[in-house]
Amino acid sequence: MENINAKYVSQKISKTRWCPVSYSSLQQPEVFATGSWDNEDNKVSIWSIGNHNNSGLEDGFEGDPQILCEHKHGGDVLDLQFLDQERMVSASSTGAVTIFRYHPNTHTISVLQHWARAHSYPCDNAPCTALVCSSPEIVTVGEDGRIVVFRADQEGAVRVIGEMRTRMLPPHKESSLKLSVVFVRECRQQHNSRGDLPKDHGGFDGDRAPLHCVDRHPNQQHIVATGGQDGMLCVWDVRQGGTPISLMEAHSAEMWEVRFHPTNPDHLFTCSEDGSLLHWETASHSEMPSFLQGGRNSSVISHGALTPAGGNRPLSSAWLCGDSGKGCLETTHMLPSQTMSVNSLDIIGQCLVCGTDGEAIFVNRHVPV
Amino acid sequence: AIHLQEPEGKHMGFAWGQGNIFVYETLFKATGSGSPFIHEVRKDEDIYSPILRKLFNESHHIFVGLQTIREDLPSKNKKPQFVSISKNYRSVIRACMEELHISLNPTVSILLAIELIWNLCEVLFIDAAPAGSLLLHLLDWVRLHKADVDEKARDVLQSDSPAEHRDYWDVVVSYVLQGRLDEARQMLGKKATLTPAANNIFKMMDNLLSKMPFYNPGGTQTLTEFDVKWRHWHEEVDRCLQDNSFASNQHLEVLCKILLGDEDTLLEHKDLLGTWYHFLVSRLLFCHPTVKPTELHYYAQVNYSTKTLSAPEPLDSILLAAFEFDIHQVIKDCSIALNNWWFVAHLTDLLDHCKLLQSHNLHFGSNLREFLLLEYASGLFTHHSLWQLAVDYFDHCLEFGRVYLELQIERVPLDTERKALKVLRICEQRQMSEQVRSICKIMAMRALRNNRLGSALSWSIRAKDAAFATLISERFLQDYCAKGTFSDLDLIDNLGPAMLLSDRLTFLGKYREFHKLYGEKRFKEAAKLLLSLMTAKIAPRSFWMTLLTDALPLLEQKEVIFSADQTYELMFCLEELTSSLNTPSSDSDKSMQEEDVELTKVELLRLALSRNLAMAIVKEGTVET
Repeated sequence: MENINAKYVSQKISKTRWCPVSYSSLQQPEVFATGSWDNEDNKVSIWSIGNHNNSGLEDGFEGDPQILCEHKHGGDVLDLQFLDQERMVSASSTGAVTIFRYHPNTHTISVLQHWARAHSYPCDNAPCTALVCSSPEIVTVGEDGRIVVFRADQEGAVRVIGEMRTRMLPPHKESSLKLSVVFVRECRQQHNSRGDLPKDHGGFDGDRAPLHCVDRHPNQQHIVATGGQDGMLCVWDVRQGGTPISLMEAHSAEMWEVRFHPTNPDHLFTCSEDGSLLHWETASHSEMPSFLQGGRNSSVISHGALTPAGGNRPLSSAWLCGDSGKGCLETTHMLPSQTMSVNSLDIIGQCLVCGTDGEAIFVNRHVPV
Repeated sequence: AIHLQEPEGKHMGFAWGQGNIFVYETLFKATGSGSPFIHEVRKDEDIYSPILRKLFNESHHIFVGLQTIREDLPSKNKKPQFVSISKNYRSVIRACMEELHISLNPTVSILLAIELIWNLCEVLFIDAAPAGSLLLHLLDWVRLHKADVDEKARDVLQSDSPAEHRDYWDVVVSYVLQGRLDEARQMLGKKATLTPAANNIFKMMDNLLSKMPFYNPGGTQTLTEFDVKWRHWHEEVDRCLQDNSFASNQHLEVLCKILLGDEDTLLEHKDLLGTWYHFLVSRLLFCHPTVKPTELHYYAQVNYSTKTLSAPEPLDSILLAAFEFDIHQVIKDCSIALNNWWFVAHLTDLLDHCKLLQSHNLHFGSNLREFLLLEYASGLFTHHSLWQLAVDYFDHCLEFGRVYLELQIERVPLDTERKALKVLRICEQRQMSEQVRSICKIMAMRALRNNRLGSALSWSIRAKDAAFATLISERFLQDYCAKGTFSDLDLIDNLGPAMLLSDRLTFLGKYREFHKLYGEKRFKEAAKLLLSLMTAKIAPRSFWMTLLTDALPLLEQKEVIFSADQTYELMFCLEELTSSLNTPSSDSDKSMQEEDVELTKVELLRLALSRNLAMAIVKEGTVET
């Protein structure tokens, strides 16, 4: 935890995302983007933590984020994703979806495309609450209850998936539509003409609290982690639907983001309104590591709600083990002390970046994974 | 300043906003032309500066940390903590200063002054250094705020021949005035090598400088011993002067006089000293290094009046008040001089934690600390973004904080759902149920306006607002009657215990359950539920017709679903319904067609009910053999 520093940036950060690095190189990510919210003039900015030739140690810490460039953004940035190494898409509270291009040579950002009213009510703006990219397609979801599919190079929307009146999830669950959006991608091949949602996307019946965030296990696509208004972390097996495999009391307030580590999925990260960022580590088959660097950590026994059916599966993940039989879950607080709400986090390799309502960005380059 | 165009005959009107005033030109007459502009006058521009925002955020972090220091530790142990917190605050100010410096912002000078005052307060009040250490701390204080000496020294050293630089002697004298004798000696050494003929006197000066005693607070020497030693040294320097040892070199003679603390010589170097407090500290260094805190103010007064460099500024009176240990005066003067409450609020809070403020209550509001914090936080609340910080400040104002928060939090504009959720979380954590209800109602109304019934319902459930939930359930039911389908099924299906919030909502949930049961072909249970909805009076009378119509397909099934008793009850309900419909109070402007439809429905029902009754009686009467 000694490796984490706060950088105060004079804007409340709603989203932070690492710029994707090519998988062939084993580099750690160096550039990340942030989106702000609740400002009179919101901005999308690009930062770098790489070594600069000219800075020396004048800023105190090597790896202190330096701003490279920024661009005005209308409305709060409600979601931000990278399409590829140079383009990123933002979802705005005005209902607009914008593609930005970052030019690393000149350190500028330009707007590639802008759909001003991707989501709207008849008489009001409807915020666009979440988006998912799978280049060149972008799927967005808004408070008006519609799912819209865009293509990066086309002007209009490619497809609008209905008013969703018959199967509309309550608006708090808009971001859980991200999950179904993921399914839409998979089912597109089957439902080309109608673009229907699959009938049963694991109808999350048992869940009473609105969900705010969703993430899929990178390798085992049936495992999904969700977090919601009550701060509970739930792990689901979508094939079995209905009830979560495990429910863990993670936070004392809304959980804003949950993320599996992309290359080491035994690790999970969650951040919340209560100002904490937790690092969850599950011991799969090996001995649980008896040390964890730094900070307060506590063992959390997951409350099993459902034991995996069908006995032993050769590829079952440790996340699916409801009971503590197969080993404990270790959690570590990643931030030094009580901060204001942590709105967003992203992790690639050993680098973690997160942004808070205290107008600070925290970067940790040595996350133990 | 706002200038009116063509000011003759025109007036300026104004209206208070939250933290600002709207000013407009007006004629105070019904007709006539005027300027269409409204000017917004904000009283505090500082909170909009992006660099100062960092100050607010970081200091908020420190503030919250300070409040959570445990109360039960003895004050002896807490002092280092308080000092370190004070240093934290100061380093935050310095960080901002550096950034502002780069951008050539004029606020730098204000921050410089603030840091100067804070540093002095830390030395005098928080650290409360006793005699001996006091002077050392004051020396540090002066050194920290006179950076040009180092710049000049750097210039001199980087030149080809430092000893012949025109600023050379200035640098040496400045070093001595600040008590940096080692560096002075190093500088002198350079001159000494250049003029080997005067080696002797340079050596003598070096000797004097090296022997000047400095008090060591951590050492074994007591103050009195130090005093004795210092006097000896002082006499030695005096002897050198009387002997005219340095007569050959004018500069060294000046140095000697300075070492003796000669007032006139010091005054001659006004421009090197720069400020009266530097003069004060230097004089104390060379005349009275064992100055006690209580004696400070006397010296300060004397030196201030002898050495007013320019017209008295607010800063001077603040520093003087500090030297006099008049904390309240310091705070008062700072409040007047600065346009932002940040400094006084945080400093007062820290001093209050050090138990240095007598808790006298002001004749309005509560004590001084709380008053200042409330003012500061209220100012923050007017900012579109920094309002979140203000919440913590209100939390730690025990008397009025909650009231202020309750009033202010309702006025935060709620643009998106996410922001509303955050505001709600703040209210719920503090059990402010009124505010919760009001915010949820705002969001629900907004959803309703955009025809998002599910969203509106969830907001009213969260607020536990029964009346509104009833309203929305009615809308749902109307929608159903109009369109034949439900919207927001998932929400209604998963209501859970929230269903009991209002009768109408319960009905909605149960009705939906009926549809589900029907869909799953669990007809008996569906029938039972349907009946109970009417008999238990959960369903509103207006909906009974729809319910009975829903019962039709169940009645028409081949299999008998409704038992005889149930059928009797259904008939009873139908009669109740039709008798109330037949009363003359029914709408007379119902079209003939509608009446026809109604009649047909009733007849169909009657028929179905009788048929079912017949079948049910037969079935129940049959004995299984």
